[in-house]
Amino acid sequence: MNSLLEVSGVSVTFDGFRAINNLSFTIGPQEMRAIIGPNGAGKTTFMDIVTGKTKPDTGRVVWGERAISLLKLSESQIAQVGIGRKFQRPTVFEDQLVRENLMMAVKRPRGPVPVLFFRPSAADRERVEELAGEIGLADQLDRKSGELSHGQKQWLEIGMLLAQEPKLLLVDEPAAGMTLAEREHTTTLLREAAKTRAVVVVEHDMEFVRRLDCRVTVLHEGAVLAEGSLDFVTQNPEVIEVYLGR
Amino acid sequence: MAAASTRMPLLRKHPSLLIFLGVLALFTLAVTLMSEAYGPGIISASFVKTLGKTLCLCLIALAMDLVWGYTGILSLGHFAFFGLGGYMIGMWLMYARTRDIVVASLANGALPPTPEEIRDAVAVQIFGVVGGNTFPTIWYFASSFWAQLALVVLVPGLLALVFGWLAFRSRVTGVYLSILTQAMTLALALWLFQNDSGLRGNNGLSGLQNLPGADAIPQSYVSIWFFWASAAALGLAYLLCFWIVSGKFGSVLRGIRDDEARVRFLGYPVEGFKLFVFTLTAVLAGLAGALYYPQAGIINPAEMAPIASVYLAVWVAIGGRGRLYGAVIGAAFVSLVSSVFTGGRVPDVNLGFYTIQWVDWWQVMLGIAFVIVTIVAPKGIGGLFDWFEGVKSPDRKGEPLGPDDGALREKEAVE
Repeated sequence: MNSLLEVSGVSVTFDGFRAINNLSFTIGPQEMRAIIGPNGAGKTTFMDIVTGKTKPDTGRVVWGERAISLLKLSESQIAQVGIGRKFQRPTVFEDQLVRENLMMAVKRPRGPVPVLFFRPSAADRERVEELAGEIGLADQLDRKSGELSHGQKQWLEIGMLLAQEPKLLLVDEPAAGMTLAEREHTTTLLREAAKTRAVVVVEHDMEFVRRLDCRVTVLHEGAVLAEGSLDFVTQNPEVIEVYLGR
Repeated sequence: MAAASTRMPLLRKHPSLLIFLGVLALFTLAVTLMSEAYGPGIISASFVKTLGKTLCLCLIALAMDLVWGYTGILSLGHFAFFGLGGYMIGMWLMYARTRDIVVASLANGALPPTPEEIRDAVAVQIFGVVGGNTFPTIWYFASSFWAQLALVVLVPGLLALVFGWLAFRSRVTGVYLSILTQAMTLALALWLFQNDSGLRGNNGLSGLQNLPGADAIPQSYVSIWFFWASAAALGLAYLLCFWIVSGKFGSVLRGIRDDEARVRFLGYPVEGFKLFVFTLTAVLAGLAGALYYPQAGIINPAEMAPIASVYLAVWVAIGGRGRLYGAVIGAAFVSLVSSVFTGGRVPDVNLGFYTIQWVDWWQVMLGIAFVIVTIVAPKGIGGLFDWFEGVKSPDRKGEPLGPDDGALREKEAVE
């Protein structure tokens, strides 16, 4: 299969604790994938490695058709090749307007000089309006994003990710702290996004994973324990043992 | 044409910019009309100099606000750049002025002096106090006004570029970066204190108020010209800073201040942005120093002591971080009030058992004011404008209440 991201044989040790142990993981260009696993299974560390925040001790992380090694790139360069990340807690720039948050994320040259001389074109403004419509914040554009509700901030962050036009979206617990209606909206957003790009969702909540209706990878102690449909993995005795059975 | 079409919306969109420039222009006009040179002389030449120097301090406060208030880099080294700018222009002023004097005195001799004789005599005049009689290498360009003017920009700019590149590349942030900048400032000041630094040790450079070849022009005129130059520099720098922070660049800067990692994951090379701002503000600080010291008349290494850069942070904090006019107001207000209290013009307060001498107690008051502002009014004096306009920012304490309660947080919801 033609893969977008290929992680192979990656290990990371923090002060003697082996957070990721010979992990291998592959995802295709237009695929939705859920990663589940108990606390400490290495879900967040996995994302840190892919986005360049943590450098692994061994292993390879290869990106795209031209097989670029992500290990040599900085966080901002990795973001520029097309990997977007959403953190567990909503991290938007609270002191700035929703519009400014989105405008910052819209895919345009990122260097200091082009940014200095950047003035939004009509197309940029339309793009921001369009994104705001998609995430249901069209009437909130001129509010400070710090004033939004928790769910709205999560959506804004997803909107900012979409604005970056990434090829791979890494989403950490998007449904945490959301109401039922907000969860449904979030599911729709993510499934819509997965039609044109790869989406990896890290989630605790089985109900939410079921709703995403996609392949599931179970992590345990820094390695892949099982992979397949949700029903398939939940019947795996090992998975029941380490995760679901408790 | 292009400039006009971009500036007009900027002015129209942001009335505060127009108000600031208008107030600055009116202030300049008023001082000019009250000066000794162009008016009845209500304001003495020395007070015009004080005002001109204050404008230069406003300029460096503007730079500090850009680097600290907007980008979140608490630099305690910007007064080093300010001092370097002063030294660079001071070298030319001192060289050219001393040369004029030496040439005049040698003209009485039987033979016309050779260029070497003049150069040696100038060197003895300048470096006699530190036991030297030749020009150190760093004075190579001192005879050229334009070269030294270029150095006003280049020396602080290059120092900031190299220092910033090393520091930001290693991801030094927060209080560690502040300590590092302070160490740089201290090292520079200690080096300058040495007699063999080539800049006259703790004597510094003096007589800078005398413009070479302008002996016939009274100081009342010179002072007002420097005042104009300072006002123009402040106005232009304000416009530049405003342009920088009003667009997406400003958005990114504030993003770096609030959540650096997030900006990185958006794909912005954070280090490049920091380096740009750090270097630009160092250049602004250098220019401010180059305008300040000819008005002060003397520069010595004590001016670059780390405490000066701490004061700078205090001005910006009291004026209001993260808004350009706040920094200007803070610097003007605190430095003018400071000159009143430390100038011995305020009578001592006799409490019977203790006499409060304001010269000593002013610093204590400033310290208390800083603490109060930081705790009670983090927006500083600039916050008064928000209050006046009725802009309220929610008091964000406590945890978010959760998905259903909109924007409110614990404490706000109780009210």
